[in-house]
Amino acid sequence: MIPFLIGIPAVLAVVFQIVRNEKIRGYIVYAGAGAIMAMTVVFIADWIGGGAKTWMFYPRTETIDHLMTAGDIFLMCLIVWLSVRYKRVLPMILSILQTVLVLYVEFTAEVTEGPHMMVDWLTILMCIIIAFIGGFICIYTVGYMKGYHQHHKDVKDRQPFFFSMLFLFLAAMFGLVLSQNLIWIYFFWEITSVISFLMIGYTRAEEAVGNSFCALWMNLLGGLGFAIAIVLMALGQESLQLTEVVSTGALLPLMCLSLAGLTKSAQLPFSTWLLGAMVAPTPSSALLHSATMVKAGVYLLIRISPALSGNLVGLIVSSIGGLTFIMASMMAIAQNDAKKVLAFSTISNLGLIVACSGIGVEETVWAAIFLMMFHAVSKSMLFQSVGATENTLGSRDIEDMHGLIIRVPRLAYIMGIGIAGMYLAPFGMLISKWVALKAFVDSGNVVLVLCIAYGSATTMFYWTKWLSKLLCRHIPRDTVKDVTRKDEYLSMLFHACVMLLMCLLLPLVARWLVNPIVRQLFGNSKDVLSMSVLATMAIMLVSIFVVPVAMFFISRRSHTELVPIYMNGINEGDNRFFTNSYGEKEHLYLSNWYLRFEFGRRHLRIPSIIIAAAVLVIGICLVIGGVSW
Amino acid sequence: MVKVIFVLAYLIFAPFVGALLDGVDRIISARMQRRKGPKLLQPFYDLGKLFSKERIGVNNVQLFLNMSYLVILMIAGSMLFAGADLLMVLFILSTADMFLIMAASSDSSPYSNMGSSREMLQMMAYEPLTLLVAVGFYLTTGSFLVSDIIREDISAVLWMPGLLAGFMFTTAIKFRKSPFDLSTSHHAHQEMVKGLTTEMSGTTLAIMNIAEYYEMVLLLGIFFLFFVNSTWWSWIVALLLCAVIFFLETLWDNVSARVKWKTLLYSCWVVTLVAGGVNILILMLDK
Repeated sequence: MIPFLIGIPAVLAVVFQIVRNEKIRGYIVYAGAGAIMAMTVVFIADWIGGGAKTWMFYPRTETIDHLMTAGDIFLMCLIVWLSVRYKRVLPMILSILQTVLVLYVEFTAEVTEGPHMMVDWLTILMCIIIAFIGGFICIYTVGYMKGYHQHHKDVKDRQPFFFSMLFLFLAAMFGLVLSQNLIWIYFFWEITSVISFLMIGYTRAEEAVGNSFCALWMNLLGGLGFAIAIVLMALGQESLQLTEVVSTGALLPLMCLSLAGLTKSAQLPFSTWLLGAMVAPTPSSALLHSATMVKAGVYLLIRISPALSGNLVGLIVSSIGGLTFIMASMMAIAQNDAKKVLAFSTISNLGLIVACSGIGVEETVWAAIFLMMFHAVSKSMLFQSVGATENTLGSRDIEDMHGLIIRVPRLAYIMGIGIAGMYLAPFGMLISKWVALKAFVDSGNVVLVLCIAYGSATTMFYWTKWLSKLLCRHIPRDTVKDVTRKDEYLSMLFHACVMLLMCLLLPLVARWLVNPIVRQLFGNSKDVLSMSVLATMAIMLVSIFVVPVAMFFISRRSHTELVPIYMNGINEGDNRFFTNSYGEKEHLYLSNWYLRFEFGRRHLRIPSIIIAAAVLVIGICLVIGGVSW
Repeated sequence: MVKVIFVLAYLIFAPFVGALLDGVDRIISARMQRRKGPKLLQPFYDLGKLFSKERIGVNNVQLFLNMSYLVILMIAGSMLFAGADLLMVLFILSTADMFLIMAASSDSSPYSNMGSSREMLQMMAYEPLTLLVAVGFYLTTGSFLVSDIIREDISAVLWMPGLLAGFMFTTAIKFRKSPFDLSTSHHAHQEMVKGLTTEMSGTTLAIMNIAEYYEMVLLLGIFFLFFVNSTWWSWIVALLLCAVIFFLETLWDNVSARVKWKTLLYSCWVVTLVAGGVNILILMLDK
């Protein structure tokens, strides 16, 4: 079964290089995405039918190991070639260094053989996220790329390449979450780094190339950390199993793996690459932010989180996560580019997840998994709706989305649900925040408590002002034609439905999916939140959800006479114009509040990077020096 | 059973209590300014008049958003009086506020939109401290549940004086009192007309006012939690102290002028950090 999960998308990636017809390619994408989802469902059904136990696979895999070695070398050559072509030194050095380290381990070190792949509940959850969210993003891309190339005539149409990369990414992600052997994970880890690099550079504009190399070297730094962890494990523990890393709990390998996780999940000081990744077409952002890439980082951290509990590495990881949570959310306030806001919010939310996994107790990991699920769905939805809005309006500036509810109502609703999913009370983000706050207090970390208190306030500010901009009624200056295609709507609708269902069925999701994951990671059977608490909470939250709908129908029954808005008595007929001081008609323009001088990136970026880097460097030094905590 | 009575009492009496407090507030303020002031029941007459007015509005959604604001506030308050989780109450309270903001910015009215932006800023200013207050109660009593908090042997305030001071400071925002009445105030002669409520009239405004009364009682309920303990007389003391706090807020309203948003945000955050953060730190080290 597993070869199919990885194989189908990988084969499709090759197919796109051969099939050049746009129409046929569209159908292949639909069929391919459908096949991946169907395969995942069959796989999960099979696994649950087999008793939902932890499965271990492939104890002896000589041939595949050699193939992977060849793959590692190929990736290194690719990076070196591209680095030479674009005259970059850093990626080249990092890439060669880590490949040499891994090859050294593979050919010299004596390690005890063990299973190379593993299936447990966390893997299953990741597979669902990759297959369904990733799959629907692929479907969305078909329609989106048509609109994209109509808008961006200057960009060379390299769609076959783009689709290959999308599917290859999914294949690599499946491989990553299913693997258990460190060298295998490393192999897939490197593939995701390289693919994200290639996708960011899609337009081949100067900015895109620069940003893609930034992403490359940062992720390769993480990869180097991974390679060092492999060497340390091979020499120190004579084992290359991820489970061994957790069970032995040696700090240095843990620190190196955490470094890899931090770079991949774009935590400070490495968050620059994710912001730069915005130059790529929107589907790649959606994929990087929701189903793949950054989720690989937090996946790894959640995997090792039981070993992080109460030690120095855990402290470093959670501090960096907390710092990222608050700083990124503050910087998001000053952004008016919708994709930038989304990027900062991703970084900030991942910060919370990272902080949770750094604490490494049942409650925080429970919260982290919930956060991850909700974040994946709503972020994918938000990116898709922003992308569709950009194709329709020709702009992704939040200022231009004023009154979107009148101009393009359907997109506004989807965006609204996505935003609400990120922070409002009926949705699960909030419950996870609630659990996380409680667990932070229990762990006695006052700094994290302060981070979450301030961070949720700033988070609220930037989402609310966006939401109010969307819902503001305004007679549009010009009518726009919604160019969003059916497949794009299909994908967004799917996400919206999943979002609402997850909110409604929260207790069931907790019982059937999240509790088993926590139980397997920590090896005991304590439920984080009892069923009755969850159920009452869900009822309460759903009632909040129902109230506006009920009120809507009640208020409809009363008749209101509509009058113009108050403009000091200088209205000019409808609500769009007022008389200015020259006695002329002037168009009303309302702007959001960005607090640029207080929360701008210019002021906060450098200090936050310095602080985070200092925490990281000092932490690594302490770990290397063997300071116990 | 007791819970049901509490919730019903809150749902039925909170607007009356709120309106009465508003009346008292107006009389005290007037006396501080050497005026006679309106009658005690003036807020009721005002509400009655608002409800009797012809229904006009700038759009059809404002009424429904305001009604949602009211109902969600009622849910939050009911949860508090039912002894539920304090943190959840606070989260739902901020969700309720979201509807008020949406109502204010539901039309492209300049003054109303400015008011709603300022309301968001105010939320950002007071939110950290309210969360810390909940955390403080948890550290002091070992539970977020209001029903557990009121059964403690000693009053929580002994452990969290800093949080109480901070909460008194930031609650001026929620009570819409000067110096923090940036988004809208009780007086319509400010630079932004009536800010948040500029476009609200008649029934819509009345609903908003009632919701504010519910909110006022809810906040006083949280103050009550600071003082109450398992003894019966602590309930009376707590009620009296709540009245004192309300008086202090009125006093502060009358002796201070409205500040700029930066002063608001930074002062609230600094007070949160100093009074709240230090208090939490001490609690964490000690408990």
